[in-house]
Amino acid sequence: MGPLIIFDHISPFTNLLLAFIVGIGFGFVLESSGFSSSRKLAGMFYGYDATVLKVFFTAAIVGMLGILFLSLFGWLDLSLIYINPTFMSSAIVGGAIMGAGFIIGGFCPGTAFCALSIGKLDALAFVGGLVIGVLIFTEGFQLWEELYKANNMGIPTMNEVLNIPRGLFALGLIIVALAMFWVAEWAEKKFPREEY
Amino acid sequence: MSTDKSRKYWNPYVGGIFLGLVLVAAFFFSGRGLGASGAVKSVTVAAVETVAPEYAENSAFYQNYNASHKGGPLNNWLVLEMLGVLVGGFISGALSGRLKFKVEHSPKITSRRRIIFAVIGGILFGFGSQMGRGCTSGSALTGMAVMSVGGFVTMAFIFGTAFGLAYFFRKLWI
Repeated sequence: MGPLIIFDHISPFTNLLLAFIVGIGFGFVLESSGFSSSRKLAGMFYGYDATVLKVFFTAAIVGMLGILFLSLFGWLDLSLIYINPTFMSSAIVGGAIMGAGFIIGGFCPGTAFCALSIGKLDALAFVGGLVIGVLIFTEGFQLWEELYKANNMGIPTMNEVLNIPRGLFALGLIIVALAMFWVAEWAEKKFPREEY
Repeated sequence: MSTDKSRKYWNPYVGGIFLGLVLVAAFFFSGRGLGASGAVKSVTVAAVETVAPEYAENSAFYQNYNASHKGGPLNNWLVLEMLGVLVGGFISGALSGRLKFKVEHSPKITSRRRIIFAVIGGILFGFGSQMGRGCTSGSALTGMAVMSVGGFVTMAFIFGTAFGLAYFFRKLWI
């Protein structure tokens, strides 16, 4: 039954329309959760505001369980959904560079667009930086092509690597997330700051 | 902490549940998750091809990109999704009285300094997202939901590096 586009239940045009609607939901939830504030986002890394951790890991768990349950009901064919490939070297290097960008710039790309939508000018500057960063990558592609394509591991999933059922991995992640939420609640009480 | 202002935002766990449901909807409709940096890339590629078509024709990178993105860069799921993000964020901001042009920064730094660091952070994030094949949305969040090893690795390095460097940039935020 799903993904709807792959089984031709919807047209390519409807698929793009749904992308727009999914985006509206995405932006609305991000903004309503406070992700339009760079100081709130950065608060994650100083312990005074763990909103990012709570929203992010709750969303990852709900997404993971939602996909598992849809598959269980036969509503979503897991062999047809896009699973991010793993290129170990570029995942590490790219992730580390993004982490530096996060603490220096105060946004990630999605939250920057969300903040831009309500008039944050620092988000506009960040988006300008994103374009420059993408241009540097594409223009100098030959310089880092080797690193970009190194250590191609295909599309492994965590449960395959650990050799456990999907559901068991999901359960483990839920337990880890609950532990992190507990630490987050503790940190917010220990390092209180006013709301931004 | 518990002033009236703090009640303006949703409870973060509620926000997370709704964000997860949006992610599931994306997979159910389109067989793919959320993303943000990919939209920036599509628009940037389109801009280069419009401004400097001859240059783009002779560049291996743009040829590769077009071969794998049929229908032109703007006929693209992620671009439509990010246009939706701008609309959805605007609606939420309007309903909560948060629409305002401003540069948000710590009282310890000037607006100018904040803008400069925002550009630098954006450049790093833009570059890193291309290297890592996706950003916090496309690689970390979506990758985690489908249990991708790469998604977990990217997530760990984004948050790990930001934590590791936080001390050196504390004046920007606190």
